[in-house]
Amino acid sequence: MAATTDAGVFDESGLLAKAREGDSAAFSELVNQYSRKIYRLAKHITQNDSEAEDVLQETFLKAFEHLGDFQGQSKFYTWIVRIAVNESLMKLRKRKSDRTVPLDEPLDTGEDTVVREIAVWDENPEQQYSREEIGQILDEAVQSLKPAFRTVFVLRDIEELSTEETARALEISIPAVKSRLLRARLQLREKLTRFFKRKGDDVFAYL
Amino acid sequence: MTSLLTCKEFMQELSDYLDATVDAELRRKLEVHISECPNCFVILDTTKKTIEVYKGVQPQPIPPEVYSRLMKAVEKKLAATHKPG
Ligand SMILES: [Zn+2]
Repeated sequence: MAATTDAGVFDESGLLAKAREGDSAAFSELVNQYSRKIYRLAKHITQNDSEAEDVLQETFLKAFEHLGDFQGQSKFYTWIVRIAVNESLMKLRKRKSDRTVPLDEPLDTGEDTVVREIAVWDENPEQQYSREEIGQILDEAVQSLKPAFRTVFVLRDIEELSTEETARALEISIPAVKSRLLRARLQLREKLTRFFKRKGDDVFAYL
Repeated sequence: MTSLLTCKEFMQELSDYLDATVDAELRRKLEVHISECPNCFVILDTTKKTIEVYKGVQPQPIPPEVYSRLMKAVEKKLAATHKPG
């Protein structure tokens, strides 16, 4: 198959070259490779299944349309993530009239970094929770973050973009990425501690 | 003599410390702080675990109907773009 090299390695630049020439199997292979991550990203940002599906489709359709503009200085994945982020943010902005907190609200209230829960975690939370339960705990914690924090956390710590890539994708400054990421991480830490802390333990054990 | 960090100052740098983007001098100050402050040690450790637990999560498969609608849309687009003639 054209999809992989002889060694079975995913040959992205080969696929891209073929897709640019209109090879639909090659483009489908790229879609197949990244669609799960793009769908997850879209769901995390929009928090809505049907909007996430729109974003998923739009992302790959636009990617195909603009394949000629993709020069390959960045990774293909980073490039389609930027398209997906744009599409997702557009969905959020369209619903500005509802109760969704806007992305540009003042963020630095100081409240966000207040730490209430200080406790070490259980070494093996898998013994207390099933894989599904842990997945649900993690998801709900992310979903509870404000959009401005959520988007930064998703790009940096779930999709593993760099600080610079995240800043570019969201069109915000690097210090803004850093400060939102700090707050997102601390808020998630706080939420997860409620589930994963060692039973019968608290900070006084360490004093 | 270097001045000691407060817990608040420690928290401000926590994220950069975990990403290893602080300079050597600040790193040293942060490490002095956690060696003396059990609370900040626990916050650092559990924040690190928070990041690790999310990094390990693989994306779920897309629901089959969503995937098939995606592939249909892609095929339609490709067919429209590469009409012969
Ligand atoms: Zn401290």
